[in-house]
Amino acid sequence: MADNGKLHLKKITEHHLFLPLVCLAVVLLANVIKTPNFFQVSINNGILYGYVVDVINRSSELVILAVGMTLVTAASGGQDISVGSVMAVAGAVCCQVLSGGQVSVNSFQNPFPLAVLAALAAAALCGAFNGLLVSKINIPPMVATLILYTAGRGIAQLVTNGQITYVRVEAYKLAGGYLPGCPVPTPVFFAVGIVVLVSIIMKTTTLRLYIESVGINGSASRLVGLNSTRIKFISYVICGLLAGVAGIVASSRIYSADANNIGIYLEMDAILAVALGGNLLGGGKFSLAGSVIGAFTIQALTTTLYAMNVAADQLPVYKAIVVIIIVTLQSSVFRRFITSKLPAGRKPLTPVEQEVEVQS
Amino acid sequence: MKSLNDKKHMSGTTFLLIITIGLFVIMYAAGMIAFAEGGFAKPQMFLNLFISNAGLIVIACGLTLVMITGGIDISVGSVTALVCMAVAYQMEVKHMSAYGAIFIALGIGLLFGIVQGFLVAYLDIQPFIVTLAGLFLGRGLTSLISTEMISIKNEVFLSWAKYKIFLPFGSVNKKGIFQPAYIYPTVIIALLVVVMMVIILRYTKFGRRVYAVGGNQQSAMMMGLNVRRTKMQAYVLNGFLVGLGGFLFGLNSCAGFVEQAKWLEMDAISSAVIGGTLLTGGVGNPIGTLFGVLIKGTISSLITTQGTLSSWWVRIALSALLCFFIVLQSIIVSRNRKTR
Repeated sequence: MADNGKLHLKKITEHHLFLPLVCLAVVLLANVIKTPNFFQVSINNGILYGYVVDVINRSSELVILAVGMTLVTAASGGQDISVGSVMAVAGAVCCQVLSGGQVSVNSFQNPFPLAVLAALAAAALCGAFNGLLVSKINIPPMVATLILYTAGRGIAQLVTNGQITYVRVEAYKLAGGYLPGCPVPTPVFFAVGIVVLVSIIMKTTTLRLYIESVGINGSASRLVGLNSTRIKFISYVICGLLAGVAGIVASSRIYSADANNIGIYLEMDAILAVALGGNLLGGGKFSLAGSVIGAFTIQALTTTLYAMNVAADQLPVYKAIVVIIIVTLQSSVFRRFITSKLPAGRKPLTPVEQEVEVQS
Repeated sequence: MKSLNDKKHMSGTTFLLIITIGLFVIMYAAGMIAFAEGGFAKPQMFLNLFISNAGLIVIACGLTLVMITGGIDISVGSVTALVCMAVAYQMEVKHMSAYGAIFIALGIGLLFGIVQGFLVAYLDIQPFIVTLAGLFLGRGLTSLISTEMISIKNEVFLSWAKYKIFLPFGSVNKKGIFQPAYIYPTVIIALLVVVMMVIILRYTKFGRRVYAVGGNQQSAMMMGLNVRRTKMQAYVLNGFLVGLGGFLFGLNSCAGFVEQAKWLEMDAISSAVIGGTLLTGGVGNPIGTLFGVLIKGTISSLITTQGTLSSWWVRIALSALLCFFIVLQSIIVSRNRKTR
């Protein structure tokens, strides 16, 4: 009987979403203690108000980015650090098309769908560039994406001629604000839509299987007939495209294209969301649900820190400490040290090293 | 067999080094022709490349070492900002002596080097993730010290910063008066670091271990090299150099502020890459890195002298150049592999 209970507990604690949920619960618990009315939700003027709503609303872009980052991490064992800059590019293209080149407009100069398409195309192009460098030319992902990480904001500045382009049109504010008569903020719909869409694609097609097998062992996947180059490439294009969606939402939130500030530091949060979600940063199997939970955890943490009067500049300190703790807990060496407490002998290879070994 | 492989390897690296130096010469010559009025022809303009980039040269040399082991450090920019801010704060608010500030700078660099090195070498965490956390930690700590700009007014420090070393050559100005060219002590320190790194990497056991670990970690381990310790040492030495480079950076700017050295990690990485350091590890040369820094400096002076181009063109041009060199390296590496 006792054994049975133990077995159940083990089943629960070994579930891949157990740790991410515990992290989220810890952050939420800290919030409830700090602010007892944390879970209170009210409707003012037909719009939902409350801390929780705020967390869910603000985390929308992060959720969208985290989905793309998860795919890239799983397929290539590396992260795309250019997503924040790609967001800035997408926002800049979208606003620039809408304003027709003027600094501030009160009506659309070009049709809205055209602007969205142009922004998404630009973002997908950025993703394709990253994907090309990573999959075809075999450059370590984070170094390859470093090029766009720096160039991206410059390109966004170039698109907007170095100014902040304002689009003061009600229809444009809808994407980052509220639909008429709907109490739930619109970005939430974008986030839910993206998560559902990608989940359906992953469930109904073989893409998930391919991505995971390429991430676990690219060379072996190639030998069994998978085009691992193309799968890595596709994952980067999807990541770029999703960064574009996030960029449009972010620029709609402030109804302007601010090349310097849209999506700043968000790449870090997205990587952190993937790590918090229990996904291995070295590639392989992945869990979208985990990443989404991770994104909520980070946003809850950010909101909490703001509520504790921590200045925006100092947030990185706390986040960096959390990252270090998480990656240390995830590291195989540390885990082995804890479980065995024996002096480490010849270490088993991490997935990345295995891949490197096979390739060389 | 060994010498044969060595030769193949060297040919690729020498080729890259020649391209780098050639590119620098062409760019500078183009600048001299196009902007002779802008002062490009004067020897001082050339020395200014060293003066304004002394800190970057030191930091990029440290980064070259880490990149040869197959790692990377993207925290250098924010650690530099932290060093400058801490130095400025200690001297201006806590009235520490300028000599004590040196220890503060080197201490911060070493501390980051030790912690990041430990996480990378002994806990097998990806260097990029570790140093990404370091990047945010450094920047956050900088703003924790002060969000305002602190300018340094310490007399000893300023006397170091303003001490000119005149050289026996120079140029004649419009009035026909001879003006000797000058450098600051920071330039000498930076060049000393480059020489030291060349000696370390070429003539010491540690240097060979670094190349071996970067070349093939698995074989290095099987040969009995202590891979973890070598990596750790590389990160600690890099941390020390970041501390030193940050101090030189402070001497150059005489201030500490949150946005300082914002794209420095990118500049340092691209300098190393343009100088022929392979991102996959095992290949690299501090001389190449020095020329990488000089190329970066030439791009920014060309764009500033040109006048009509905006400052973000420097970033775009540098990224494009970086992209070009990465692709070039990848081609050379794959060709080397095929011929082997």
